[in-house]
Amino acid sequence: MEYIGEHLLPGQLGHLFIVLSLVASLIATFSYFKSAQSKNDIDAAYWKKLARIAFITEVISVFAIFSILFYIISNHLFEYKYAWQHSSRSLEVKYLLACFWEGQEGSFLLWSIWHCVLGLILIKTSKKWEAPVMTVVSLMQFALATMIAGIYFFGWKMGTNPFILLRDSGVLDNAPALHINGDVAMGLRQDYMLSIKDGNDLNPLLQNYWMVIHPPVLFMGFASTIVPFAFVIAGLWKKNFGEWTKPALPWALFSAAVFGVGIMMGAMWAYESLTFGGYWAWDPVENASLVPWLILISGIHTLLIYKHSGHSLRATNLFLILTFGFVLYSTFLTRSGILGETSVHAFTDLGMNMQLLVFLLMFVLPALVLLIIRYKEIPTIHKEENTSSREFWMFIGSLVFFLSALVIIGKTSIPVVNKILGTKIAPPEKAEFSYNQIMVFISIIIAVLTAVTQYLKYKNTSTKVFLKKILIPFVIAAIIATLVLVVGKVNYEKETFGFMVAIWMAVACSIFTIVANAAYIWLGLKGKLKLSGGSISHVGFGMVLLGILISSSNKEVLSNNIGGIPAPLDKNEDPRENLTLVKGLTVDMGKYSLTYEGDSSHPKKQLSYYKVHFKSKDGKEEFVLTPNSFVNYKGNEGLMSNPDARHYWNHDVFTYITSISNPDKTKDTTTFRPKDLKPGDTLFYSSGFIIYKNLNKKEDLPVDLFGKDGSLYEANLKVHSKTGSLYSIAPKLAMAKGNEMAVPDTVLAESIVLQLEKVNPDKSITLGIKESNAVMDYITLKAYKFPYIRLLWFGVVITAIGIIISMVRRIRLNRENVSQS
Amino acid sequence: MKKIHIILLVFVAGSIALLISLLNTGSTYETIAEAKAMPGKFVHVAVRLDKTKPVEFDAKKDPNYLSFYAVGVENPDQAMKVVYRNGEIPNLMISERLVLKGKYENETFECKDVQTKCPSKYKEGMKPTEKSIDQSSITNPAATTSEATKY
Repeated sequence: MEYIGEHLLPGQLGHLFIVLSLVASLIATFSYFKSAQSKNDIDAAYWKKLARIAFITEVISVFAIFSILFYIISNHLFEYKYAWQHSSRSLEVKYLLACFWEGQEGSFLLWSIWHCVLGLILIKTSKKWEAPVMTVVSLMQFALATMIAGIYFFGWKMGTNPFILLRDSGVLDNAPALHINGDVAMGLRQDYMLSIKDGNDLNPLLQNYWMVIHPPVLFMGFASTIVPFAFVIAGLWKKNFGEWTKPALPWALFSAAVFGVGIMMGAMWAYESLTFGGYWAWDPVENASLVPWLILISGIHTLLIYKHSGHSLRATNLFLILTFGFVLYSTFLTRSGILGETSVHAFTDLGMNMQLLVFLLMFVLPALVLLIIRYKEIPTIHKEENTSSREFWMFIGSLVFFLSALVIIGKTSIPVVNKILGTKIAPPEKAEFSYNQIMVFISIIIAVLTAVTQYLKYKNTSTKVFLKKILIPFVIAAIIATLVLVVGKVNYEKETFGFMVAIWMAVACSIFTIVANAAYIWLGLKGKLKLSGGSISHVGFGMVLLGILISSSNKEVLSNNIGGIPAPLDKNEDPRENLTLVKGLTVDMGKYSLTYEGDSSHPKKQLSYYKVHFKSKDGKEEFVLTPNSFVNYKGNEGLMSNPDARHYWNHDVFTYITSISNPDKTKDTTTFRPKDLKPGDTLFYSSGFIIYKNLNKKEDLPVDLFGKDGSLYEANLKVHSKTGSLYSIAPKLAMAKGNEMAVPDTVLAESIVLQLEKVNPDKSITLGIKESNAVMDYITLKAYKFPYIRLLWFGVVITAIGIIISMVRRIRLNRENVSQS
Repeated sequence: MKKIHIILLVFVAGSIALLISLLNTGSTYETIAEAKAMPGKFVHVAVRLDKTKPVEFDAKKDPNYLSFYAVGVENPDQAMKVVYRNGEIPNLMISERLVLKGKYENETFECKDVQTKCPSKYKEGMKPTEKSIDQSSITNPAATTSEATKY
């Protein structure tokens, strides 16, 4: 049966390219494998040529799949489930890419497309390593291709296909309106597409510019970890144990920079668009991407140790295998749905758990087995490192980094443990603190090691020279740290005193890291920036640590609800963080006074913007923040809020809406109470009194509106509220063309409405008064102050720049080595 | 000092830290009856909102106070009053499951944090043009957890 309004060609092409990519990547894997195993050069060259053709076919297929899917989304072809599920017509063009990678299929594609790019570069540059390295990359491409294949393999469904039609996906099966005769047992109506007017839209929380850029960068980070891994495998496989470290080092550095920036872009998105009041929550999704990065950093440091001293090659092998292994483990954790209730992000179980597990094991197990088999053959130096050598302390640092990664992933994996052992361990009450109390000690150790290790020399260092060199940075750092701690008052008293002392130490140590590494650029490297990539990235890392410590421990709740609308507090209770603002009524909030000025709506969406006027009491600052909220959005109930922040060089003021007045909930059922008043009379209401001042009669009324005998009276009243506020109010009564018309006036903040009902010649009046909740227009918000958060973002940039400088230098060194030999 | 000693020391320190953090502050998933049986212990409880009883929240009185009644997911006969002192919970009314984190104290469950699980948004996006046919049947109760994935 043919349906009206469907576009089937893109989907058919998509299916074709998926099959092609599946076959091509398999051929590429096999051919590269044969080439790597060939005993003679002619065979090797023959297989390599074949493999390259296959891999390039694979690249073309993946790009084609990507383009077709993007075509489907951007043309709103809602007959395809992917477009219907993730996009909508009202979605801005800039977010079309974000909905591309909202779904699992799209994000697998993104991952795959980066492997294509990296693969092409590897073919061009890796020379004799090409065959074994590309065997691994091609196999990975095959594994990723199966994830979007959506084909049945001996009754086992492999992957989910992004080109599946909406009518085949089961979504429409229970919608009688779309079926012939309204009977779900019958087929779909031929014109069912007429009813599919719009898609499900992109999750509003993902409608943020960071969501356009963060996933591609993060997935580039994920994807690039395969390169060092593939070099390790190639080295173990071809028994060429040390040589691969040269080409692998720049790749590992590249990966560390991109991966790190990708993770922090996610933190940036969380800060700007989520409302847990921060940028990092030790959520399983965050942890799962942080852990491989930590291990990668360990791997880079042991790689450097090996290059300079010959030590730690075995550890390097292990770290780089585990980096990639944990990328796959993260994928398993976050996509299988196993995390279930522990994560704020609700993950869909696409029924691919088995496949994800196979995906994980098919890479990690053979790699580890290969490492164990070859372990004894990997060259090592039997003499212990000298404790005054750089490599010794670098290794300890790497080990601590690695250990912190294991602690994090151990805690994150509790749901997996629960599943296997049937236990019911849940995250602790203070989930974040349970990480922080460990990580603060790790950051102290790491910060000290990062500060001093560069001042040590490889092999051994004379104590006298070391002390002499480190003395100046140490003194400077000690002075700055004292100033920061005394003046800055980094006092985090929510937990134990011991924890606060640990934070002080960590702050001091990260300042030491910044100063010592900045100083080393001049003291050790004579200001040669080209050589100082390592020092620069360490300075950045110190800034990241310091930014995290200060912004988290000195985070202030501004919206403490102590004045205004009462919220009784027990002694041991946290101050309540929600503050209600009635429209037009200025409320005290710490050093600011706040006024909610009103809202405006997005022209196309159920998105409202709330204008909140901030004015500091010293009169120095005055600004408007406009947090927004999706209200009752697409089957949701309540608010999905996006915060707004005012940025200063040394802190951010951050606010978001937690609830709003709901006009549907509070229907206005009260009526006007009439009251006769003479000028000067007083009228009491529930929270104050009203004085009737006088009555004005307006002259010169337009005849066309009021008619010949028209009149307009205006009563002037003063409203004195209990809180001491004073309002002027002027209800009107019009006589136009024989009709009486009252124009009531309202004091929103006091929720009263006054209506002029009768005017007498002696200026006495009948005034209608109504007290109603329905007139109250209010919002509830939370507000925070984040000090020195810019230090964190700036630190991330510096770290990345430092790593890139190192990478460029290593690539240059490798080229020089090649041309020399 | 030999390198291996330091390595061992670091690992021992690390595993002690991990154990302490797990033992000291650990929590568990419990039912309502179990939570009531151990007042004062921080637990996770999976519940449903009892829609027959009132949900109390008035931002004009106290924007931080919210209370409602909950029944067990697997044991609907178990019930308790829940107090949440951190404002309004989005999607509370349409949630099909709530994971409450907190303590049972003084006849109420003092909830510190809550996770709402909502029915799948798949079916609700459907807006058929024909009004004549019962639209409510479009919404399919067959539900998975929320569709929102980060990636």
